[in-house]
Amino acid sequence: MSETHKDYAGAKLGMWLFLFTEITLFGGLFLLYSVYLHRYQPAFHQAAATLDTFLGGANTVILITSSLCMALAISALQRGQQARCKLMLILTVLMGLGFLVNKGFEWSAKFDHGIYPGSEHLRGLPQGQDTFYSLYFTMTGLHGIHVLIGVVLLSVVLLLVARQRVRQDDFIILENSGLYWHLVDLVWIYLFPLFYLIT
Amino acid sequence: MSSDSDQHLPHILGDRLLTAVWLALLVLTVVTILVARIHLGFNNILVAMTIATTKALLVIFFFMHMKYENRLLQGLLCLAFVVLAIFIGMTFFDVAYRDVALS
Repeated sequence: MSETHKDYAGAKLGMWLFLFTEITLFGGLFLLYSVYLHRYQPAFHQAAATLDTFLGGANTVILITSSLCMALAISALQRGQQARCKLMLILTVLMGLGFLVNKGFEWSAKFDHGIYPGSEHLRGLPQGQDTFYSLYFTMTGLHGIHVLIGVVLLSVVLLLVARQRVRQDDFIILENSGLYWHLVDLVWIYLFPLFYLIT
Repeated sequence: MSSDSDQHLPHILGDRLLTAVWLALLVLTVVTILVARIHLGFNNILVAMTIATTKALLVIFFFMHMKYENRLLQGLLCLAFVVLAIFIGMTFFDVAYRDVALS
């Protein structure tokens, strides 16, 4: 009666189906981006040159490394190394926070230059540049929300691991949270070249 | 372990493999930043997207474990990307021939 049924394959399939809706969500925005890049190519190149490639590159390295730690955390728990799993999860969460701090610096620097959605300065820019910045704020903003959700999610999973609710023989929550985190990384892999490198 | 549950041993990715994937991702990041400094015109975007897709596949296949999943998940993933390609491809059949009308 009280036996709980765990469907490992079903849980994973469900997570992937959710990730497909996420791919479609960001896919729609990438479609918008590519149409406007096609229309305003020179303006996009000029606007992209104002973004800080160093900060963007640093954030890329941070996210890729956090993804590695996430994958290492899963492998560790599957081998029964609970302490190592917790350490790797903490590192993942810290890097996620580091990414957000960087993003905060980046955005506030733009705000200081009068570049924020609906600003006076933005309206005065040549046609296409304002579109670039609108897409920049929308897409990196939506991505940033995903990073924030991922950080909260992984913190909860860290607690579950510490309380042995997620453990060597029952790790699907950890694995699915990992999939979510890797998706966040995946989206950034495309955002970085499209916004920072098309100068 | 109850006998009716499908208890299969998990496929554990080795730390060494994961670290190798991470190194490859870092190298590709450096390559994409360096290539962006060479002016190739429209090819810059093609090269950047090719590198990004290579990185994405590394993440999906290894970090996200897709290389070791069953055919169902792999097929569904393909379907998701085919749908996305249709969205973008079909839109460009329209957009690509509109420039004259716009200006």
